[in-house]
Amino acid sequence: MRVVFEKPEAMTDSPMHYCPGCTHGVIHRLVAEAIDSLGIREQTIGVASVGCSVFAYDYFNVDMQQAAHGRAPAVATGIKRVLPDKMVFTYQGDGDLASIGMGEIVHAAARGENITVIFVNNAIYGMTSGQMAPTTLVGQKTATSPRGRSAAETGYPIRMCELLATLDGPSYLARVSSHDTKHIIQAGRAIKKAFEMQQQNKGFAMVEVLSTCSVNWGMTPAKSMEWLAENMIPYYPLGVYKDITAEEGK
Amino acid sequence: MRGQVIVDQERCKECSLCITACPHDVLRISAAINSKGYHPVEAYQPENCTGCTFCATICPDVALTIMRKRPERK
Amino acid sequence: MARMLMRGNEALAEAAIRAGCKAFFGYPITPQNEIPGYMAEHLPLRGGVFLQAESEVAAINMVYGAAGAGARVMTSSSSPGISLKQEGISYIAAGELPCVIVNVMRCGPGLGGIHPSQGDYFQAVKGGGHGDYRLIVLAPGSVQEMADLTMLAFELADKWRNPVMILADGTLGQMMEPVEFSAETKSEPVEKPWATTGAVNRKPNVINTLDIVPESLERVNHRLLAKYERIKEEEVRWQAVGVKDADLILVGYGTSARVARSAMEQARRDGLKVGLFRPISLFPFPEKQIRELAKAERQFLVVEMSGGQMVEDVRLAVDGRSPVHFTNRLGGMVPTPEEVLEKVESILEGRGN
Repeated sequence: MRVVFEKPEAMTDSPMHYCPGCTHGVIHRLVAEAIDSLGIREQTIGVASVGCSVFAYDYFNVDMQQAAHGRAPAVATGIKRVLPDKMVFTYQGDGDLASIGMGEIVHAAARGENITVIFVNNAIYGMTSGQMAPTTLVGQKTATSPRGRSAAETGYPIRMCELLATLDGPSYLARVSSHDTKHIIQAGRAIKKAFEMQQQNKGFAMVEVLSTCSVNWGMTPAKSMEWLAENMIPYYPLGVYKDITAEEGK
Repeated sequence: MRGQVIVDQERCKECSLCITACPHDVLRISAAINSKGYHPVEAYQPENCTGCTFCATICPDVALTIMRKRPERK
Repeated sequence: MARMLMRGNEALAEAAIRAGCKAFFGYPITPQNEIPGYMAEHLPLRGGVFLQAESEVAAINMVYGAAGAGARVMTSSSSPGISLKQEGISYIAAGELPCVIVNVMRCGPGLGGIHPSQGDYFQAVKGGGHGDYRLIVLAPGSVQEMADLTMLAFELADKWRNPVMILADGTLGQMMEPVEFSAETKSEPVEKPWATTGAVNRKPNVINTLDIVPESLERVNHRLLAKYERIKEEEVRWQAVGVKDADLILVGYGTSARVARSAMEQARRDGLKVGLFRPISLFPFPEKQIRELAKAERQFLVVEMSGGQMVEDVRLAVDGRSPVHFTNRLGGMVPTPEEVLEKVESILEGRGN
């Protein structure tokens, strides 16, 4: 018998604080596995954002900076510009990236900043106890949309991959999901690809990972996975929205 | 027994996702209680394990280590 | 190197490059545009990085990242832009990241105007952002000092692991004077074993300002406050001219001090015993030095281009030992030496305010 699955080296031994069934842990592991498989642990600097993943600096076994809410792409830019040979990634949620940090992410993408962005979209603010997010679906109930999100009052959820795909800067944009093993394996491949793009100096790469928040959604972890597949994927279609290496191959 | 699942009982939070992911009914919630008050999963039918890693893949807490007899898939 | 005629903002930028500044992140705002302009022109040719950010908020967070990665880094802006940077400045102070922040002050509040002012004194020396923290604040009074204090700022930032602010104003930024640069600064690389440069043969470094355990965060606060106390002991800088026999001491910094100096010189020619005390470090404030000058038969006149800000610190320092008077102009107006002299005369003649 030999080990075929274990905690990656790029993760620390610290138990994670996330709620039971939270897919943050899965996505952390995928990022760590990508770092291990590329052999870049000692060259990598991560940027944690504000939200549930604020403690990510405790879980990644790499140099980390903790950024103010929404500013992770700017912090990552500062790091990458003075250490261009290092690998720099941000790990951000939907409130952080698509609401308060919309300016920073759009401009980092437009500059083609050579960083890797892991965008975890679970359609709600988890850390602050379940408020409406920029990605909350129309009709979805949250603490600040108790009767369900009304498009007439609060508009429509933002599709970040599609939005950033209008820019020339990004090299790779993909939306993946974490709701079952098959999709988790696909998500892992996309995340590794997003690091490879940076390694090859292709410029800005982002992977949006659809994710759950069973506690604030008010469901069991298993039910949350079903809800994600049934409700989020139709509005947030999975796929590759930009891949300049595929275009180069044409 | 082609595979073996090893549970880090302290990391497990009893979310049960591994149980739903396992195609061979290897796992269940145990009667044990860990220091955080969760009942960690256990391999109650270990002979069924193929080492497919589905359970570990979906485990949010990286609480599962998987061993396998066959050569690794490529 | 020969003396040359330079604009204050450009002298400051040149000094930063000579001090080993490796990255500049900024956003356009008048009246400091010559600084990013000079940096864009020269920094990339001399081994550094210039990047125009999408906002002041982004710029200061780029500074956070670059400083955390161990580089000497600077940003510059003017009053409304500095307000936008306050969140990031608080994080930088909490993370104990060395960097230099330049504020070429313009008049406010709000969008205000583009003319010089000193209205950001409180914001600079009392914290500005949220939480208990202090910047080291240096106030140049000439183009030469725009250069010299900028070089000093990088040294102090690294020495104390603290953000340092150059608090200048539109007049100093725009005026041209001869400036001389000392021989190329050695800028020996300062060891920064805490920086996030990749965890090679060591445990990961973390730049973080979050601490949700009150007992632990209180210790962090105490450690920071102790650092600020040491800074107060070691880094006070000031200039005193003609204060020994003075019946009245003018107190001002930056452009106000230049005006006060002219008023003082005219007063001396008129036979009035007037001196000048010019704080160069605004944090730490030269509190003891002013207190030592205070006595019953002596008066102080604080000159500001703000609504009564530094005068509060002078009053705290004087602690009731001397009368403290105040004169100012606002809204982008610069006081004239004549106005100040007239005030001096009225005080000394006992006509009071």
